[in-house]
Amino acid sequence: MELHFDQELTQAKDLLLRMSSLAEQAVVTALKGLVQRDDALAQSVLDGDSQLDNLQKEIDERCVELIALRQPKARDLRFLIVIMKIAAELERVGDQAVNIAHRATALNREPQLKPFVDIPRMSDLSCGMIRTVLDAFVYGKIDVARQVIRNDDEVDRLETQMHRELTSFMIEDPHTITRALSLIGVAHSLERIGDHAVNIAEEVVYLYEGRDIRHQSPNA
Amino acid sequence: MNLKRRQRDWQSVAFYAVTLAATALIVLTILVILGDIVWHGAAQVSWHFITGGTKEGMFDAQTAGVFPMIFGTLALVVLMTLGVVPVGVITAVYLTEYARPLSPITRIIRGAINNLAGVPSIVFGLFGLGFFVQFVGGGLDQMFYGGTLHYRKPALIWAAATMAVMTLPVVIVATEEALRAVPSGLREASLALGATKLKTIWKIVLPEALPGVLTGAILAVGRGAGEVAPIMFTGAAYYLAHLPNSWTDQFMHLGYHVFVLSTQSPDIERTKPILYGSVLVLLVMTFLLNLTGVLVRAKIRSRLQHG
Amino acid sequence: MDNPVIQIADVNFWYGTKQALFDVNVAIAPHQTTAFIGPSGCGKSTLLRCLNRMNDLITGTRVTGRIALNGDDVYAPEVDVIELRKRVGMVFQKSNPFPKSIFDNVAYGLRIQGLTDKTELEGRVMKSLKKAALWDEVQDRLHDSALMLSGGQQQRLCIARAIAVEPEIILMDEPCSALDPTATAKIEELIQDLETDYTIVIVTHNMQQAARCSDYTAFFYLGRLVEFDATNKIFTNPTNKQTEDYVTGRFG
Repeated sequence: MELHFDQELTQAKDLLLRMSSLAEQAVVTALKGLVQRDDALAQSVLDGDSQLDNLQKEIDERCVELIALRQPKARDLRFLIVIMKIAAELERVGDQAVNIAHRATALNREPQLKPFVDIPRMSDLSCGMIRTVLDAFVYGKIDVARQVIRNDDEVDRLETQMHRELTSFMIEDPHTITRALSLIGVAHSLERIGDHAVNIAEEVVYLYEGRDIRHQSPNA
Repeated sequence: MNLKRRQRDWQSVAFYAVTLAATALIVLTILVILGDIVWHGAAQVSWHFITGGTKEGMFDAQTAGVFPMIFGTLALVVLMTLGVVPVGVITAVYLTEYARPLSPITRIIRGAINNLAGVPSIVFGLFGLGFFVQFVGGGLDQMFYGGTLHYRKPALIWAAATMAVMTLPVVIVATEEALRAVPSGLREASLALGATKLKTIWKIVLPEALPGVLTGAILAVGRGAGEVAPIMFTGAAYYLAHLPNSWTDQFMHLGYHVFVLSTQSPDIERTKPILYGSVLVLLVMTFLLNLTGVLVRAKIRSRLQHG
Repeated sequence: MDNPVIQIADVNFWYGTKQALFDVNVAIAPHQTTAFIGPSGCGKSTLLRCLNRMNDLITGTRVTGRIALNGDDVYAPEVDVIELRKRVGMVFQKSNPFPKSIFDNVAYGLRIQGLTDKTELEGRVMKSLKKAALWDEVQDRLHDSALMLSGGQQQRLCIARAIAVEPEIILMDEPCSALDPTATAKIEELIQDLETDYTIVIVTHNMQQAARCSDYTAFFYLGRLVEFDATNKIFTNPTNKQTEDYVTGRFG
C-alpha cells in the first residue's frame, strides 16, 4: 500500500540518483579533459561542482525534515540515513573530479609525458564501480555491492603500478618530475573514487541487511 | 505463607442470611397473595365470565360477567395514555433540552411535578370532579351546546383526563431520565452537521430515548388499570346496561367493580367467587398490558442497537 | 499568508469568569492541514470549537475578537449558525455515529437539508464513503447498523458523514485518541488525501501526529499562541524555546 511517505522517500531517492549521475559525469568529463587535452572540458567540471554541493545540501535538508516529521523506523530510517551518507560520498567524488580537472589543466600546458593507458583503465573501473554500486542501491542487489568492494583491489593495484612506473620515469629524467607528480595525483584521485564506491557499497549492505560491514574484510 | 482461612467471617454470613430472609419474605408474600387469588378465583374465570355482560345479574356467580368492565378499563387506559404521553414527553423535553437548569421557571415546574406526585389519589378524584366535570365540562356545554347537558357529567374522557394528570409525574420523570441518558455526543454530531435543535431532538434524541419513554408509559398504564379513587366521581359507574359508545359516556371498570362487589353485595359469601375472579382478571389484564409494553420496548431497543 | 480561508484575530474567550484564550491570532491556509498542539488545557480545543460556534452550546461563554470565514465574521449577529455549520464540519474525539444504518448516517446531513431524491442520495453517500476510504469495506452492508463497525471504521464513517454535506472546512478534535495505531495510521493517510478538496484543522495532543500529517502547526500554552509556522520548521528548528522544549518532550 503506497503511503504519502513512500512518495516522499522516492523523491529523496530521485535527488540522490540525479546527484550520482552528475558526479559520475564530472569524473568522466574531467578524464576526457585530461586524455583529450581539452581545457574547456576541464573548466566545465570546475563550473559544475557547485551544483553537486547544492544537491548534497538539499538532500541533507530533506532527509532531516523527513526524519523529524515522519518518525521513520526500520528500513525507512536506514534509507534516509544511508541517502545522506551516500550524498556525502558523492560530493567528495565530485571534489576528486575537480582535482583531476585542475591537474588536467596544468598537464595540458606541457607536452604529454606518455600515452595514457593505465589512467583510462583506472577511470573506467572507478566510474564503473560508482555506477554499479548506485544500481545495487536502487535494486537491492547486495551481492553486486559486495563485488564492488572486491573490485577495489584492482584499482589499488593499478595505482601502485602507476606509482612505480612514474617513479622510474622521474628517476631517469628529472625534467619529467612535475608532470609525473601530477599524473600520480590523478591516479590517487581515481583510487580515492574507488574507495568512495566501496563506502557506498557498505552503506547499501547496511540499508538492506541492517548490518554494519565497515572496517572489515570484504567477505563479511 | 498460610492462606487458609483461620475462622469464619460471621458478620458476612449473618448479613447474607438477612438478605436471603428479606428476599424470601417478599417472594413469599407475593406467592401467598397470588396463590390465594388464583386458588379462589380460577374456578370463576370462564369464557362466559370474561365475555359476558352484566345483564343477567352482577352478584350471581353463575351469571356474572366482567366484559363491560374489561372494555371500560381498556378504553380508560388507552385514552389516558393518549393524553399523558404527549404532554409528559413535551414537558420532559422542555425541561432537559431547553430550560436553564437553575432558572426560577424551571424550579417552579419541578416543584409542581414533585408536589403533583405526592397528591393522594382521592384528592385527584375530587379535583377531576370539580375541574374537569364541572368547570371544563360546564364551559364546553355553555360554549357549544347552549347550556344543554353534554359534557358536564361523569364521562370516560374526564376519568381519562384525571388519570392522565395523576400519572403525569411518572411519565415526565421516566422520559427525562431517558433523555438524559442519550449521549451528548449524538446531539453534538447532529448540530455540527447543520441541524436545528428541534430536528436534532425529533430525529436523534427522542428516537434514542423511546425505550425510556415507553417505561414511563408502562408505569402509567399500570396505575391506570388499577387506581379507583380518581375515577369514582369522574366517570366510573356501578352499573351500566350497555357499553360506552362515546367518550361522554360513563363506563364500568374492573377495579371499581371489585370495590362495588366488596361494599354493595347483599350476600358477601355468594359474591366472594366473583370478587376473586374479577381480581384475577384485573391482575392478568394488568400483567398482559405490562408485558405488551415491555415487548414493544425490547423490540425498539434491539432495533436501535442493531439497525 | 495571503488569502487565508479563516482569519483568527485578537480572539479572547471566557468560560464564565475563567479566561481560556488570550489574544490569539492565527491564519488558516486553504487546502492545507493546520494542527493545533499543546499540553492539556492550553485552549486548542476551545479555539477549534469557536470556528463552528459549537461553544455556543455551553452556557456562560463569551468571545471577543474576530473570526472571519472568507472575510465574514462568524460571530456577527446576522450569521445563521446552521449555515455556518454546514460549511464548517466537525469530527469528534469519540466517534459518535447515530444508532442508524451506515447509509442513514451519511445521508442524515443531506436529508435534514431537504434532499429526498433516492438516486441522488445514493450517489452522494457513495461518493462520501469513497472519499473517506470506507466504501470498499461497507458497500455490501450499507443498511447494517453503524454501531457494528470497528472503532476506526466508525470514525471514518463520521468523516464521511461530515463530508457528505460538502463543507469547505473540516475540524477534527483529536480524531484518533480513541483508536489503535493501525486505525490511526489509516486516518492520518486519509487526512492527507482530503486536503485536495477541503481545508483541515486538527487538534491533537500527539505532536508526532501533527508532524506527520499537517502542513502548518500552531503551538498553544495556557491559552496563548506561542508559535505558528510551517510544520517542518516547528519540528526541525522552532524559533521559540518553549516550542522546542515541547516538541523535544522536555516540557514541565
